[in-house]
Formats: sequence, C-alpha cells, structure tokens
Amino acid sequence: MQIVNTPVNQLEATALKVREHIIKMSTDGGCFAGASLSAADLIVYLYSDFLSINKNNLDDPDRDYLFLSKGHDVPALYGTFAELGLLDKERLKNHLSTQDHIYWHPNTHIPGIEFHSGSLGHLPSVAIGVAMDIKIKGGTNKVVCIMGDGELNEGTCWEAVLVANAYKLDNLIFVIDRNHFQANMATEDLIPLEPLHDKFTAFGAAVKRIDGHSFDALHDAFSAYPFQKDKPNVVIADTVRGKGLPSIERRADRWFCNFNAGEVEDLLKELHGEHLTQLTSETLVVR
Amino acid sequence: MTYEELLTQTALSDERFIVMTAENRALVRNIPGKLGKRFIDTGITEQTMIGAAAGLALRGRIPVVHALASFLTMRAFEFVRTDAGIPNLPVKLSSFIPGFLSDGNGPTHQAVEDISLMRGIPNMTVFAPADEQDLVTMLPQIWNHPTPSYVRINTRKTDHQHAPFELGKAEVISKGEDVTILTYGLLFEQALIATEILKNEGLSVGLVNLRSLKPVDEQAILRATQGSNLTITLEDHFLTGGLYSIVAEVLLKHQLTAKVLPFALNEKWFKPSLLPNVLEYEGFTGKQIAEKILGYNTRSVQPEISIPQFSE
Repeated sequence: MQIVNTPVNQLEATALKVREHIIKMSTDGGCFAGASLSAADLIVYLYSDFLSINKNNLDDPDRDYLFLSKGHDVPALYGTFAELGLLDKERLKNHLSTQDHIYWHPNTHIPGIEFHSGSLGHLPSVAIGVAMDIKIKGGTNKVVCIMGDGELNEGTCWEAVLVANAYKLDNLIFVIDRNHFQANMATEDLIPLEPLHDKFTAFGAAVKRIDGHSFDALHDAFSAYPFQKDKPNVVIADTVRGKGLPSIERRADRWFCNFNAGEVEDLLKELHGEHLTQLTSETLVVR
Repeated sequence: MTYEELLTQTALSDERFIVMTAENRALVRNIPGKLGKRFIDTGITEQTMIGAAAGLALRGRIPVVHALASFLTMRAFEFVRTDAGIPNLPVKLSSFIPGFLSDGNGPTHQAVEDISLMRGIPNMTVFAPADEQDLVTMLPQIWNHPTPSYVRINTRKTDHQHAPFELGKAEVISKGEDVTILTYGLLFEQALIATEILKNEGLSVGLVNLRSLKPVDEQAILRATQGSNLTITLEDHFLTGGLYSIVAEVLLKHQLTAKVLPFALNEKWFKPSLLPNVLEYEGFTGKQIAEKILGYNTRSVQPEISIPQFSE
C-alpha cells in the first residue's frame, strides 16, 4: 500500500492554518468549534497523505472516499479543503450566509463533500454501500468514514460494523474521533463506551488505537492498511476536544462556540502559543 | 413561567411523570438534580428512548420525552407509531427546534414534515403553541390527557396575552371579512405583524392561532374560510400534510370550498442560516407575508426578529 509521507512539520503547518479557519468561523452565529478542533489533525492527515482525493479526480469512480459522519466537525473539513486547494478560501467568509452553502453540517454543494450529514449514524451505512460496490467491481479505492464517539450511541453504527464484517469489507475504514465528549457531557459519564477496542474487535473489525493528534502515529497506523484481510478496519483516534486552544480544551461547555470579535483575535494568538484568552461570551448548550 | 419550570413543578407534584431525553438537555438543564432517578438520559438513541418510554408507560408512568424534532419524529417514527401509537400509551413528545427553529443546521435537522407524520398516527394528538406563554398554557392539559402527544416546543416570546386553552380548540385572535390568517407555532409572531400591516392598509383581517392541530377545531376553520374572502394558511412546514392539507380535508368533509393562499415550503427544504435570515430569504417575515397578500409593497417596517438563544 503506497501512501504519501508528507514531513510532519508540513502537516503541522497545514493543521495550524485549518485551526485558524475554524476559529474564524466560530463567530457571527458560531459553529461546533470544539468538535472541529479535535478532528482537524485527522482530517488534514487523511487528505494530505492517505486518501487519493484532489480537485481533478472528484468525479473519478476510482478515487478514494471520505464520509464525514459526525458532521459537526465540518469546519475542519472546509478549512482543510481551503488549504489543499479544493475550496476558495474567500468562500469561508460566507459561513451561514444565505448566499452560499456553508453551514453547520456538511452538504454536497461543496465539491469534495461526498454526502450530507448531521443526523448521526447514517454515513457508516452509506460508506458500506460504496465499499460494497468497489468490491463488486474489483476496485482498489479506499473508503473512510469519520464518526464521533458520541455518535456511537446510535445503534446503526454497530449494525454497520456487523454488516461490514459479514461482507468482508477490508476496504472500509471507520475512524473514531474519540474526544471523550458528546454535546455538553463526558461520554463515560453518560453512556460509557469503553472498552471500545474490545467492542469493535468483538464485532469482527481489525482495530488500531492511536493518538489522533500525532502525525507519526497516524502515519504508522494508516500505513498498515488493510489491517487484516477480509476484516473492516477501525482506527480509534484518541483526541482532545478543543485541541490547540487550552482555554476551551476538554470543556463540556465549549462545544458549540459563538465568540465575539475580540475573543476571535485573542484565540488566534492563543493558538500560536500566546497567553490564555479570557472568554467572556456566554457558553452555549445543546443545539 | 418557563417550560422547564412547568415541567419541574409538574413532575415534582406527580410521581407518575418521568423526564427523558436522547442527550438533548437544552430544555431540561436543571431537571436532573431535581428529579433524581425520574430523569433518564438514554444518550443519542432516539429509538431506544421511545421504546423505553413505552415500557415506563406500561408501568403507569407518564414519560415526557425530549429530542430534536427531526430525530424524534423521523428516526424514531416507527417506534412512536408502534410502541406508543398502537397501544395508545401516554408518551409525551416534546420536540426541540421544529420548523424554522433549526436555523443554520441544514436539511438533516429540519422537521418540516413533523405535523404530517405525527397526525397520521392513530391515537396521537398534535399541538403547536404560538409562543412560550401559549406553550405553558397548553401543556398541563396535554400532559394529563390519556393519549400519546406531540408538541412543537416554542419558547419564543411575543407580547400577546393568550386565552385559556381547551384541547381541540383554536384561539381566535380577531375576525375579519377580507382576509383571515390561520397559523400555528413560531410564525404566529410574524402573523401578528402581517395582520397589523394589512389593517393599516384598510383591510378587515382575522387571525387564528390553531394551537391544537389534532384534534383540530373544524368549526374555527369553517368560520374563517366561510366568513372571509381569502384564507391564508401560514406554516413552517411542507405544503403537504400540514395546515393547508388540514384545511382542505375539513372543507371537503363539509362539502365546502374556499379561496386559500398557502405559505409553506413547497417541495423544498429551507435555506440554512440564522433565523432572521431564513425568514427573510424564504419570504416569511410579517412584512413579506402582508405584501404578498396585498400584491403591492408598503412603507411598513419589519420589526427586528430575535435570534434564538439556547444559552444556560
């Protein structure tokens, strides 16, 4: 399996820019900043190195596929698209405008987004359908589906793993953004998921658990694709909600964020290592 | 009184009540600490929550269940129909951000067929309050009625003082011979604005807050359509299956006809954006509604539309 091996400092530079885009979208109506920051490194890695997806092959049936099932993390995807040349950076300023299609969940008006999401536990099954057809046709393209850990509450996620195992979909990779929060709660305080590795293994998947913010760990894990012949692949990426902004990291009340203009300025500085931001905007609960 | 205060008071005074949510706590933020074991959060599992609510109801409980409107009515639809509808159990659905209230979330979160789906279930009752005061006025009867119910939660505030609620009865705000607006839910506040503009243009204008969509107030619909030259149905719902369809069904049942202009979403989802922009883009502000009815522009000023707040 030949994958690109971009130098880590280059991936980190891209991820930093993606985080800047996310922060800039967290105002004037806001977005799910916490969930986007946890997934940013994963998404940057997958598009930079693992997936064969670029602006010239978006309609090629032999391209790789990425499905963003958790949905709330779409600002990280918009930011990655902007940095990798799939989306005009100027369009990010249209967040929530009725003149564009850039809002809180993914939609296919943005070239490169394969399917809309927002209702949890749908895209694991859509990804299965795509992976099945690739198998039928004898293709070698890969199908990645990024899911949230909270999303794993939904039964359809587990049905999808059962079916992927039954159909030996070793071309399918479920990536879990394991940031340990769902909405305004810690996952283990609500519907405990652990031991997650064992659960997926028992369902028939070949599982790897890694640090989802380490590009070396991501590279090592995805270089081993397919993990085991005839088994669906699962990568549990341990991540931190709000990663990159210590003032909101691991905070249950900073999921959906609508910062004021001054906070955005300060958070951009905080991202680059300056002092913590004094957040005064109201925290927002479940939307 | 707020929704949460009413629910807390109701549940504390009546042991039968159980408050449930599928990890959507915006409406019940403070209830876990007050109700203890009678608060149940099943996580993001709408189907399992409804099944469990049916089991609790089998044991004599009255579960009041919470989730986003689209997932409560659509993801869990068959569980609502089969586990609450068929056995006629008092499972009380409180749907959050229905209709235009899902503002910038996109089509996955737009419950604009919920009235149609829920009223299609035998035994189910369906309600859509005009604002927070209307909501807390209506809920005690709804929650104490022995059937399953569906309520479009609307915690927005208007200046209107609502009349007492009677299950199956509409609230007639005004009567008019030229135009009568029939509406429910969030758009009541825009209907009030439209009514003022139309009156300023010299028209005799009626306004009816439907409130109870199933059972529906047939007499109120008949009086409006037969006593007015033009009837408006105004709803943040698909054109099919909602108020426009209800009016058509009532008229046909009574072998009557009427001139009806519907404001609804015709074969489309709405543009995701913040609520004031959604209303403007889709043509549902009070001023836009009035001017479409009149057929000309006026010098009226559209009052500012508040952005929904879900902060603690």
